[in-house]
Amino acid sequence: MTTIVKALRKYLDRIKPQFQPGGRLHAFESVFDGFETFLFTPTTTSRSGCNIHDSLDSKRVMIIVVLALIPCLLFGMYNIGYQHWLAIGSESFHFWELMAYGFCQIFWKLVVTYAVGLGIEFIVAQWRHEEIQEGFLVSGILIPLICPVETPIWMLAVATAFSVIFVKEVFGGTGYNIFNVALVTRAFLFFAYPSRMSGDEAFIALKSTLGLGEGQVVDGFTGATPLGQVATFVGDKLTLTNSVGDPLTYWDMFIGLIPGSVGETSTLCILIGAVILLATGIASWRIMLSVFAGGFLMGLIAHAFETTTYPATMLTALEQITLGGFAFAAVFMATDPVTAARTNTGKYVYGFLVGVIAIIIRTYNNGYPEGAMLAVLLMNSMAPLIDYCVVEGNIRRRLRRLNSKA
Amino acid sequence: MAISINLRKGLDINIRGAAPVSQPLPLMPARCAIVPDDYPGITPKVDVKEGDKVLAGTPLIHDKQFPDLRIVSPVAGTIEAVVRGERRKLERIVIVPDAENAEATVELPAKPTDATTAQRMLLDSGLWVQMRQRPYGIVPRPGTEPRDIFITSFDSAPLAADWEAFVSDKTEELTAAVELLKRLTPGNIYIGVRPGSKLTGVKGAEIVTVSGPHPAGNAGIQIANVKPVNKGDIVWTLDLPTLLRIGVLSLHSKLCSDIIVPLTGCEIKEPKYVLTKIGADMATLVKDQIYGDGAHHRIISGNVLTGIPVGKEGYLRAPYTQVTVIAEGDDVSDFLGWASMSPQKMSVSRSFPGHFLKKAFCPDARILGGRRAMILSGVYDKVLPMDIMPEYLIKACIARDLDRMEQLGIYEIVPEDLALCEYVDPSKLELQKILGEALDYMYKELN
Repeated sequence: MTTIVKALRKYLDRIKPQFQPGGRLHAFESVFDGFETFLFTPTTTSRSGCNIHDSLDSKRVMIIVVLALIPCLLFGMYNIGYQHWLAIGSESFHFWELMAYGFCQIFWKLVVTYAVGLGIEFIVAQWRHEEIQEGFLVSGILIPLICPVETPIWMLAVATAFSVIFVKEVFGGTGYNIFNVALVTRAFLFFAYPSRMSGDEAFIALKSTLGLGEGQVVDGFTGATPLGQVATFVGDKLTLTNSVGDPLTYWDMFIGLIPGSVGETSTLCILIGAVILLATGIASWRIMLSVFAGGFLMGLIAHAFETTTYPATMLTALEQITLGGFAFAAVFMATDPVTAARTNTGKYVYGFLVGVIAIIIRTYNNGYPEGAMLAVLLMNSMAPLIDYCVVEGNIRRRLRRLNSKA
Repeated sequence: MAISINLRKGLDINIRGAAPVSQPLPLMPARCAIVPDDYPGITPKVDVKEGDKVLAGTPLIHDKQFPDLRIVSPVAGTIEAVVRGERRKLERIVIVPDAENAEATVELPAKPTDATTAQRMLLDSGLWVQMRQRPYGIVPRPGTEPRDIFITSFDSAPLAADWEAFVSDKTEELTAAVELLKRLTPGNIYIGVRPGSKLTGVKGAEIVTVSGPHPAGNAGIQIANVKPVNKGDIVWTLDLPTLLRIGVLSLHSKLCSDIIVPLTGCEIKEPKYVLTKIGADMATLVKDQIYGDGAHHRIISGNVLTGIPVGKEGYLRAPYTQVTVIAEGDDVSDFLGWASMSPQKMSVSRSFPGHFLKKAFCPDARILGGRRAMILSGVYDKVLPMDIMPEYLIKACIARDLDRMEQLGIYEIVPEDLALCEYVDPSKLELQKILGEALDYMYKELN
């Protein structure tokens, strides 16, 4: 192992001059630098101030978030397969067959989002003569996870490109964006191609892939997500069903064997991710907690005033926070440190309002069953205002101290 | 009335190579140097030239605007060099101590009887420039009257010197120093001490007991938690060794330029205390002390957080009372370092196993990452025990927005208070430099 590493280091040192200004490949300087610092921790030492630094850097931060998303990704693959086999009326579910099918469905989406997003990042970094920033490592895995499985790949590419350029790069890159890049991608798809982003066809893969999952869709099949069913529900006794008409239990919803966007059906896997993020201290527990608190509270209120005009009021508070993208948004979207509130007090307010607004949109606006996405984006725009108020508090405290002395 | 503050925020960084308290080894330096950059707020005018004979206490430099502000020679000897850098900026004045009588001192002023003579005494003896004022962290301007004077009696930085261990029999001197300082302020003299300190015997001062991790020993942190600096306030700060020097001067009319310095850090063979002179050369101090392991070394005058890497040709710089030697680390190959689960990696992040180990680490000088925009939030707040929002203050500093800086409390803070923030920052920003430059800019604009 060490000899391979040494050889690699030697090789990099040998080809490095070509990538430096004046070298043959200097147009790829940032790309080379990106790969080099990825492989070997940079040997830059401090030039001013502190002589030592903490080992944590933004690469590790981003990788931990990616790690926290892996359970959702794996479960998403399984669920794609499961929903497919359910739709073709199968009685037996072979684990590896399901996984392989799901893998085939999701693999190219991951490849394309990363290629488009990182490609743009590489170009911009080179153009600005900067280091490549790691932000897209997370966005690139988030995007396929929050889109319906049947989203055409070209749409993903267009939406990702739009989002990376107009939401991130024009503001200055990672750390300067106002809106969450992955969520804007989703919103772009949602508003630009509404017919492919909702309805019965979007959330379950029906075609066979590489000979896997051949079969006819059974009679009585409906691919609606639970929230989709709620949105179109008329009547006064709501029963959520899976795609072949069997009623869903809390357990199904918690485990996540329901139709929905790839990564966000399983509350269990999202919670595993949450544990990783909180245990490592990467994500803010203040935000996560208050999103759930806000959503739960609003769910209770909505359920207390149950009405047939708004069928989503028939969902209990617990169903509200387990269904749809709510939990995913709470754990992975609202906690994006760049676009969330940055002050501690601000985080409580921000998170709470994300939770409340998500449920309000979902419940009282039947047009948008996915309230969590819009709630986070809305609060992204409000986060600086919340922080402003908190900072003003600090300023006022200082001013009062001055005046009380005088 | 004793004041007691308990700080929760902060961080004690556990580094190997602490010096056990013992009788310090006397070491007369081969050279001493005075570096004007160490005295912020002074525009140096040189009073000596190469070859001049000086005594301990002979003025070497005075300030252009306040000629009374002077930096004096720590030893008797010969001026070896007046080193100038780019655009003739004065870099340092080097003195070779006299082999026989390095202690010979200039005639010192008599014991002060009022504020004017007390000020005179501190200015003439060169002890004045060893104090600092807030705001701006500069040498106090003569003729100003501080609201209060804060003295910190302990250094909480990693591997720092235990100042108090060497003043146990000096209560009289310290009391005399407090008496002298009392003439200079209508306010209080506060001494920040650790719980259980013997310094409570020093009369005339308000004792502030401070518990909690670093930066508890920073005078600025103690001020912020006792009586914060408001706009328009001036507060002076000094450390225990300076207080002792003032006491010795006041009580015995003796100029003391001795300094007790621990040689610390992973790369020092045998960490220990040495007794030397202000401005001593590193070549004398670390001679035969560093492991000859072929690794690149970083020789720091001061602690790992705020100290200056001076190298073997450098000098002990004011106001530091410590030497730390660590590995430079620019020759280390760390494969996939971001993924490392090695227990050798030091971090405040719970994503590193090292976080949970109660052991001492051997960090090197790498910044261990790339410089980024501020991404994670709330990182700085955890290690800054002041009512200041560091992220916003730093942003105001970068934007050179004077009003905003003032509103967010820049008068209360100096770069050393942000050292821990800089250490923990995953975006690897140079916070101390940013704040230092902003303070300079502000001082120029407003004065």
